Amino acid sequence: MKENLWLILLGSILVNNFVMSKFYGTCPFLGVSKKVSTAVGMGVAVTFVMGVASLVTYFVQYYILEPFDLAYLQTIAFILVIAVLVQLVEMVINKTSPSLYKALGVYLPLITTNCAVLGVTILNITESYSLLGSVVNGVGSALGFMLAIVLFAGVRERLENSNIPACFKGYPSTLIAAGLMSIAFLGFQGLI
Amino acid sequence: MNILEMLLPAGVLGGMGVLFGAGLAFASKKLAVPVDERVEKVRECLPGAGCGACGYTGCDSYAAAVVSEGAPVNCCPVGGEKAAQAIAAIMGVEAGQSTRMVATVLCQGDSDHCKIKYNYEGLMECRAMFLTSGGDKACKYACLGLGSCARVCEFGAIAIHDRLVSVDPDKCRGCGKCIEVCPKSVLRLEPYGLLSILRCRAVEKGKAVRDACQKGCIGCGKCARNCKFGAITMENNLPVVDMEKCVGCLECVRNCPTGAMTGDLTKRKHAVIDQDKCVGCTLCDRQCKFEAITGALKEKHAIDPEKCVGCGQCATKCPRKCITLE
Repeated sequence: MKENLWLILLGSILVNNFVMSKFYGTCPFLGVSKKVSTAVGMGVAVTFVMGVASLVTYFVQYYILEPFDLAYLQTIAFILVIAVLVQLVEMVINKTSPSLYKALGVYLPLITTNCAVLGVTILNITESYSLLGSVVNGVGSALGFMLAIVLFAGVRERLENSNIPACFKGYPSTLIAAGLMSIAFLGFQGLI
Repeated sequence: MNILEMLLPAGVLGGMGVLFGAGLAFASKKLAVPVDERVEKVRECLPGAGCGACGYTGCDSYAAAVVSEGAPVNCCPVGGEKAAQAIAAIMGVEAGQSTRMVATVLCQGDSDHCKIKYNYEGLMECRAMFLTSGGDKACKYACLGLGSCARVCEFGAIAIHDRLVSVDPDKCRGCGKCIEVCPKSVLRLEPYGLLSILRCRAVEKGKAVRDACQKGCIGCGKCARNCKFGAITMENNLPVVDMEKCVGCLECVRNCPTGAMTGDLTKRKHAVIDQDKCVGCTLCDRQCKFEAITGALKEKHAIDPEKCVGCGQCATKCPRKCITLE
């Protein structure tokens, strides 16, 4: 079976957007989307973790778990890989940009337990993508996450300055905006 | 069951763990961020209660702020003078003086003295009771005495007796958590060891106050009239003490008809003249506003302990420094 990488990329970014149509990773989506700059930082961190996790879990699945007949260890093994990658990203960010490290705060280590990351790695296996397909899907999904969170941060920055009824201030208006954005992403369904 | 079937997954996962762990250990060496060791040292000087009274989110962030942002070293009311000096020594700056502040109760309306408006049945929590027409005490400034403050106190300094709060000033570290939680603002931070404190905040006229509470300040102004040093002025039916002028003679406390102005009269000091040194200059006699000193010129003076209030004015004026307060 020959995969169309272009289709995988487009599909994972727009059609099957992780946040907007699969509702994975809503925790950082709501938590770190107050400012565009931190949202971009989070997006880059997630992209790195998802891309590398897709690569590493591919090898873990096909060269370690399957030969030993240990496919049932998939979840725990993948979580291990993701946790290690997040630790690595945390160190790199702390070294390169302490201000971003501070802004991301607790959401950075929370990528470890983010269902979006684990989701994309397991999805790669169930869809039986090739190595390249897995990485493209991983990076694509992460770019979709980044697209959603950055766009949403822009929305929230404007919401902050607008005149909202007191009972809708803060999270209520944020959640409504997220819902409306999700409906907008529904329009991509017919793209492929 | 094959033993290998159990060992294999353990071995595989363990192997992966060791491999990744080694990788991370290597990375952490490569990417180590040097942490200022002073942060650790400053942190050790702090009590670690994490109360946030310094204005930062906890002891850790305060320590970091002291080192990196140059925050003042004497912000921690819990550690007090000792912590401030220890931090100052680490940072190489002057500690500066920090007056120790303690939470002070501004009410004496316990269940014996303050009347009850209605029978409250509900959550035994001051903030809950406050929502039902401001609580059941007849005085709207009164302590509700259900102990919301005692429950947030991390130092066990607050006790409740007869629906009235009391603070142990020796245990209180002045973190201000009780003040935040009190719906009636009955507590306020005041310097430690104040001699006289007006424990009432009722600004109404005398009768209205008296109807609600027998210990309330009725705004009679007796304290202000009897203050020989002009330290007390009446504002909104309550006396206001100018601490610059107050000498701590406790005459306001002695003259208060309701006991709203409180202070420990038994701790009052008395001036004593050293008869060997006194030359009879009468300077102290002229200084005394209470006519407690007797003695003619060139004769040894004597102090009437009944009349002396221990204001200490004579001692400051005596040229021979022969008057001491005991």
